Amino acid sequence: MKRRPRVPLLPVVLAMVWLLFNDSLSAGHILLGVVFALLVSATVRRLRPLPAWPRRLHVAVGLIWHVFVDIVRSNIGVGRVILGTTRRQPSIGFLRIPLDLRDPHGLAMLAIIITGTPGTVWAGHDAASNVLTLHILDLKDEETWIRTIKNSYERPLMEIFE
Amino acid sequence: MNAILPFAVNFALACFALAMLCALIRLLRGPAAQDRILALDTLYINGMLTILMLGIGFGAAIYFDIALLIALFGFVGSTALAKFLLRGEVIEP
Amino acid sequence: MTAADVPLWAALPAALLLVCGGLLTVVGSLGLLRLDSFYARIHAPTMGGTLGAGCVLLASMLVSTALAQRPVVHELLITLFILITAPVTTMLLMRAAILRSQE
Repeated sequence: MKRRPRVPLLPVVLAMVWLLFNDSLSAGHILLGVVFALLVSATVRRLRPLPAWPRRLHVAVGLIWHVFVDIVRSNIGVGRVILGTTRRQPSIGFLRIPLDLRDPHGLAMLAIIITGTPGTVWAGHDAASNVLTLHILDLKDEETWIRTIKNSYERPLMEIFE
Repeated sequence: MNAILPFAVNFALACFALAMLCALIRLLRGPAAQDRILALDTLYINGMLTILMLGIGFGAAIYFDIALLIALFGFVGSTALAKFLLRGEVIEP
Repeated sequence: MTAADVPLWAALPAALLLVCGGLLTVVGSLGLLRLDSFYARIHAPTMGGTLGAGCVLLASMLVSTALAQRPVVHELLITLFILITAPVTTMLLMRAAILRSQE
């Protein structure tokens, strides 16, 4: 895996952000954006010793689509709980899930995905035993939640980042 | 020409005003400090969406920059408050 | 050039998205009032923060594209920013609540 040429992510993202922010694709802005991105990533390298090397980006497309579908579905679920169509207070609770993912960038992405989905919030992660604590709004069966997290989020993230 | 988009803009503005009112009541009533910070977080996102809505309604591009600034500073503010609750100080030595 | 001048192909989906986004946001903020404990309340504003904001920003992108007669996508910047930063605050608040309930 070492031999494949890898694209550093931070300068590319920064240049795209610059172009989006100025809302133009003219040559001057592209040049300025590239210079700005290289300068900032050279400055930040000292602060962040861990550069991210994502691979297999086609897996990421499937992951993003999956996350979008889950966000829509859990929005409907949380909305039904709030509007009280079930006429009961939800059974809230914590859930502990042992993880296999170890890469810090993968864990950060997992945290953002889990917390960005309504109904689940990342409540802690023990670095020594690699156990994730989740807080779930509507905790009915734990097996389904564990299977969802491990199969549809953790496995693609491991393929991308490890 | 068509009245459907102004109607939708007004409807969404009313929705956001109601949402901001809910968050404001929680901000004033909230029993614990974390309730108030959560309400403040909701309040700034709703305010940003309201500004974007005005931008659509008036057809002016300048509102985009205001919304971006509100998003930036709202995030910094509520994160600093949450960090203060977590540790007792914002910037650690 | 105001909202009434937008052609119908952009106005119709934009209006639909705006109504959806408004309803999602108001339901999410209503959850702040109706749910009875902090651990339940922390889940409610995520609705308005993710899908509600996404709907409104997509509608804004459509309208400004139709008004400027060229693709305008710089609302993507706010969408990305909100998607990345809103969970950070929620996570910090969750950990603060756990810490404060233990003391």
